[in-house]
Amino acid sequence: MLVSDLNATADRLPGPMPVWRRQVGSGDWLAAARSAADNNGRLVSLWGSERGGRLFVSAAYGLPEGLTWVELPLPEGAATYPDLSEIFPCANRMQRAAADLLGVVPEESTDPRPWLNHGAWPRDFFPLRKRAGGDAEFPGQELADYPFVRVEGDGVHEIPVGPVHAGIIEPGHFRFSVVGEKVLRLEERLGYKHKGIDKRFETLPAGEGYRLAGRVSGDSTVAYAWAYCMAYEGALGLRAPARAAWLRALFLERERVANHLGDLGALGNDAALAIGLAHFMRLKEDWVRLNKKLFGHRFLMDRIVPGGVAADLSAEGAGDILRQCDTVEAEVRALEAIYEDHPGLQDRFLTTGRVTPELATRLGLTGLAGRASGVARDLRTDFPVMPYGELGATMATERGGDVAARVAVRFKEVLESLRLLREIAKGLPAGPLLGTPAADPLSEYGAGWVEGWRGEIFVALELEGRERVRRCHCHDPSWQNWPVLEHAVIGNIVPDFPLINKSFNLSYSGHDR
Amino acid sequence: MWKLVKQIVRTGVVTEPAPVPPDDCRQEAERIQREILQTLGKALTIREVDAGSCNGCELEIHAVNNPYYNLEGLGIKFVASPRHADMLLVTGPVSRNMAVALKRTYDATPAPKLVVAVGDCGCDGGIFGESYACVGSVSRVIPVDRVVPGCPPEPIEILRAILATVRAGYRQKDEPAPEVSVSP
Repeated sequence: MLVSDLNATADRLPGPMPVWRRQVGSGDWLAAARSAADNNGRLVSLWGSERGGRLFVSAAYGLPEGLTWVELPLPEGAATYPDLSEIFPCANRMQRAAADLLGVVPEESTDPRPWLNHGAWPRDFFPLRKRAGGDAEFPGQELADYPFVRVEGDGVHEIPVGPVHAGIIEPGHFRFSVVGEKVLRLEERLGYKHKGIDKRFETLPAGEGYRLAGRVSGDSTVAYAWAYCMAYEGALGLRAPARAAWLRALFLERERVANHLGDLGALGNDAALAIGLAHFMRLKEDWVRLNKKLFGHRFLMDRIVPGGVAADLSAEGAGDILRQCDTVEAEVRALEAIYEDHPGLQDRFLTTGRVTPELATRLGLTGLAGRASGVARDLRTDFPVMPYGELGATMATERGGDVAARVAVRFKEVLESLRLLREIAKGLPAGPLLGTPAADPLSEYGAGWVEGWRGEIFVALELEGRERVRRCHCHDPSWQNWPVLEHAVIGNIVPDFPLINKSFNLSYSGHDR
Repeated sequence: MWKLVKQIVRTGVVTEPAPVPPDDCRQEAERIQREILQTLGKALTIREVDAGSCNGCELEIHAVNNPYYNLEGLGIKFVASPRHADMLLVTGPVSRNMAVALKRTYDATPAPKLVVAVGDCGCDGGIFGESYACVGSVSRVIPVDRVVPGCPPEPIEILRAILATVRAGYRQKDEPAPEVSVSP
């Protein structure tokens, strides 16, 4: 089956992004995956849902012409479907998560270990089944041991790290198998932050879901809220007016710059240049303080709302933004020169934690880390929604695939975002901040797809009427990139792990959901 | 190297006065430092535990360490192990998968075991509430001295709570820790 065949019989979902949705039979499930793989496509997300007493598995493929959401209805009483992890390795953990949450499992799965269920709730309780109560509690449940893969051999020993880590970071467990200083294997165990967000969506009014989406991963609150609103607005036939669309892009780029500034500082710090952290954190603090002054929240939480935005920009505020962009650009260029001139820093950055472009493509590395390994994809340039079409964003790529490349992409993206922010501040169209919905919903399905600072955020939404969420699935690009981190550290020394990890800076919360 | 020196000279010191009410902030900050030293015999050390947050609170706890707030300048620092910590700064909601780790971290912390719960979710579970996956507030798992509401609370609020807890904590220092019940 060709991709064009796949889309010929699919419904284009209403909304600004090119997203199609179609159902397939079990024979076509694998054919669709192979066709996507053969056509330079990638697996964006995989999840399950229940509707009218039947179970469904969905896969979203990113293709050159857009995104295709393929849904497989499972036969009555069945809970298995063909395994996709042979074609797309990143499907493994997504399938295990779907097994834990909905009880749907791949046929002949090679890895049946639970992923999000650590034993705090029974293995036969599937929270996303409709009959499962969202507020169910299971006192007396004991957390279970996890069968890590053991590396055997002379001098091999294990270093367990986490879930509580040494720094101010999110919890997760890393199991290193090492000889001397050298990492032979890293195995991650995640899911510690699982908060039952998918189930929680179903108890909130659909119009409030953007607030929960904005807290799937707090550092990407703008991208998530935008993706949720895009899905919700599409289903409802609600269009954000031009001024709101421009302000959304302004918020998204401000979020990108804030996170990149923090990461650039932390990367200097992890390579023992503490002054880099001090300066970048100072710039970041200035940055979020202006967010607070102009828009009322340091991280712009809840500023993107269904139909538009909840904060405006005055002419005076636009002046503040222009001035700040100039100041920050000068400072970032000065700090970039310091980083580049620093032999000790470059020695730590170069060749460390390398993911070659070939490996990146094979494993589905995405977003910022993907662009540092030559995977040239950025939704802002691939499928530019307003105002990116008008602004013409430039994608930043590198091919080195090491920490240095991920640092370089961040520097480039900060400078490009500063340019975009200036353009937005100067060209912001006049008009209302909120649109009005159509009389009747256009569709019970909606999809949101936004290039957050870390990578593509995807939201698949199923509505019942205007106000009920039947299913909301939020996908973080960390799902793709966490498994690649395991490869990136192979052969590196243990003390370089924090640096490599920081250079990816993946979300635990966004992954664990 | 000269670029680095230039950057240092050009930037100068950006640290702002600590958020304490009396007029002479610097004197107050010095007094806090003295108090901490007298009571603990050393700097105050904090272990941060993320027990399930969305990571928004962590952004602000990081910010407390930036040059504007300059926590270390007040003789307070974040440490890598609960065994070295006087205070736990905990963000929530506590996920069920983190409840045991949080309880063990608390058990590993020596007296005075001060605990500050940061953020709306740490206070009452926030938007995530209580469910099959979330225990909810931090106080359902370990005793909490003080909560800092906000989504996320701003660095200045976190700093205020740390300072206020240190002061209040001295008085209770010799009292035994309350009995803890863990759920699940």
